[in-house]
Formats: sequence, C-alpha cells, structure tokens
Amino acid sequence: MSGMDDAVLELRAVHRTHGSGPAAVHALRGVSLVVRPGELVAVMGPSGSGKSTLLALAGGLDRPTRGDVRVEGQPLGALDRRGLAQLRRRRIGYIFQQLNLLGSLSALENVALPLELDGVGGRRARAAALAALTEVGLPALGDRFPDQLSGGQQQRVAIARALVGERRLVLADEPTGALDSQTGEAVLHLLRRRVDTGAAGILVTHEARHAGWADRVVFLRDGVLVDTTAPLGSVEQLLSGSDR
Amino acid sequence: MSIRHGLLALLERGQMYGYQLRAAFEESTGSTWPLNIGQVYTTLSRLERDGLVRPLPESEAGQRPYEITDAGRADLALWFATPISRTDRPRDELAIKLALALTTPGVDVRSVVQAQRSATMRTLQELTRLKYGSDRPEDMPWRLVLDSMVFQAEAEVRWLDHCESSLVRHQPNGPTTHPPRPPDPGATDGARWVDEEARR
Repeated sequence: MSGMDDAVLELRAVHRTHGSGPAAVHALRGVSLVVRPGELVAVMGPSGSGKSTLLALAGGLDRPTRGDVRVEGQPLGALDRRGLAQLRRRRIGYIFQQLNLLGSLSALENVALPLELDGVGGRRARAAALAALTEVGLPALGDRFPDQLSGGQQQRVAIARALVGERRLVLADEPTGALDSQTGEAVLHLLRRRVDTGAAGILVTHEARHAGWADRVVFLRDGVLVDTTAPLGSVEQLLSGSDR
Repeated sequence: MSIRHGLLALLERGQMYGYQLRAAFEESTGSTWPLNIGQVYTTLSRLERDGLVRPLPESEAGQRPYEITDAGRADLALWFATPISRTDRPRDELAIKLALALTTPGVDVRSVVQAQRSATMRTLQELTRLKYGSDRPEDMPWRLVLDSMVFQAEAEVRWLDHCESSLVRHQPNGPTTHPPRPPDPGATDGARWVDEEARR
C-alpha cells in the first residue's frame, strides 16, 4: 500500500457540529478514516453516534465544520456546488433504505438517469444501465415500472442505479431495510462483489450480520471512532487458524 | 453434540476406519471442530464397548474399519429425534464475566463490552468470508454450520449492544467505572441492575 495516494475516500480529522453555543450538537468529533479500493468498511454504533453524518460527509451531501474530506484525492471543500454535484453523479453511488425510484420511469430509465443528467448520450447511458441491471441479476426486467417489481427487485434496481457507470465509491445506509433475510443477503452480496472488483465501500448498519460482510468494522460512539476490528486474513489463513 | 453421535452418523453412511472418520468429521463441520486421531480411537473403543459399533477385519494396509450395529442405529435415531437442551450446554462465561465486571471495583464495563464486541464482530467477519467463499451446492452442510455460528455471533453482539444501552441508561452521566463500595448485604449490583431493567 502506497501512502494515502491510492485511497478512494479519506476523512481527515473531520468535525461536524450542528448549531452553536450551548445548544450545539457535536455529531462528529475528529474522525479520520481511509478506505482503499477493494475495501468495504462497515460503520456501527448506537443511534445518534454519528453514522449517518459520516456517510453524508463522505458522499459530499454535507460539509464538515472542520477537517477535510477527499474522494480519489480530490478535497471536496475545494469544489463549488456544480463541481460537487458532478463528482457525486460520476464517482459516488448511494444505496439508501429509501429507494427513491421514479414511478413514471422504467427500471432501465431509472438506472440510466444519473448518466443522462450528467450529459451522457441516450444510447450509451442505456447500454451502461443494462450492464448495471445485468450485474444485479435483472437484465430482462428493464421495461418494467417500479410498481410492477417486488420489493427485492426494486432494491436491486436502486443498487444498479448506484453502481451504474464507473463509480468507485459506494455508500450504503442500512441498505437491506425491510427486506427478508435472504433478499437482504443478496443485496450485500452485490455490494461485496462491486467492492471486490476495485470499488471502495462504506456500509452503515446496526446489524452485526450485515457488518460481517465488511473487511473492517469501525465503531462510532458519541461522534468519535472508538474501535476498529483487525484486518481479515485470507480464507486459507482463516481455515488453518494461522492468522491469529 | 458429542463426537460419539457424530461418528455414529458418519458410520451410517458405510464402514470407515479411523483416519477416514476423522477426515469426514472435519469435512462435515467445515474444520470448525478439529479432532485428533486419538479422540477418534478413544470414542470408537467406547462405542464398541457399548455395542454401538463393531470392528471388522483389518485390511491389507493394516487399517481396521468399523461398522454401525443395530443398537448404534437406534441410538443415533434417538439422538436425531431428541432436541438439544440449552441446559446441557456449557455455562456462558461471557455473561458471568460481565456480571462480575459490574460488581468489581475499577473495571470499566463499557471497555469490556467493546473489547468483546470487536472480537465477536471480527469472528462474524471471518465466518461471513468463509460463507462467501463456499457457494457450491455440495457446500450446503458446511454453509448451514457456518450460518449457525453467524447467528450465534450476531446474537452475542445484539446482547452486548443491549448491555451497553442498559448501562448508559443506568448511569447517564456517571463514571464508567464503579467506585469501590462497601458490600451490599442485599442484592448484588448485577442483580439490582437486572431488577431495574425488568421494572422499566
């Protein structure tokens, strides 16, 4: 590993305070975190510990009060609103519990939308959208509208939209929501697979079983990173027990 | 579960000698329960004593296979038909440790909780990684064993989360360590904590 150069996401001593004076709420207090390609990091912690704030800052949806957030080496603080919006559309995929699919667009059009908003031509955008739908196992359902899909299929379409194109940072906030355990597992499988092909991922979850899919689990408490699990060895090492 | 019933179940597939039994046992538990060959032979000789298996003539290579008897089959069927009682399992050292941490002066219970959570979470990651790597149809028995361990680890983390939030409510702004205190002739701290939880 070569320094911080290859980091997809880097948080440097990030603070986020809401309000001021005695009523100020310190959502994050000096959090530093580096996520590299091929790495999925799970963020766990009780409600109000700062998990969602961390994700919003990492995705450029919110700005830190103090400290620095970088995506692929680019300090987000140096970007204006347009630059930030462009980076979000091109490089960052978001998977939320709330799917936010547009009911008047087909599955394929929903997935192609971020690319089209970014000025990619219709045909190219559709080809990329079809590739993303294939990646999530729904190549044949592109013509369906969201209300013609099951909950699990809708979630897959939302994931395809988050993965479409060349996003190298995937941010997921409780992505398995109300899905049953098998369907939820399939969602994590997709996230894991994209990360294994070179993306970096952050998974915010309160479910230990879901965090188990990560390479590293970090624990937040009262806005501070309090602990991190040791990195995992290879499957061979795990089986032989030699990594302990 | 006992190694005894594990070996009986394997012999129900057909006759096997010691090393084959060991390999098959480890394969069916995904190497999560390593056996040494001594344990296999000790168990076989007890099974033989109890009439549940019988030794067959040695092969030319000097290996002595065993086969299951009718009594062994009956014993195995009874084992499969009988649910495993929770009280048969070893006492939970972790629960006892936390209960003691609560009542021992100078112990930061939240650190004990976090250290355990981190370790259990790491185990969960390992188990998930192993599961992710075994998706062939023939891996099914091994995946079920892994799932069982995944759910147990998950339950432990949830219980630790519960302990932590109970502690926070119990002492919202107080120190995380217990100051030394005179012995309480009534309930222990731990029991009182449980009582107060129950009253909420």
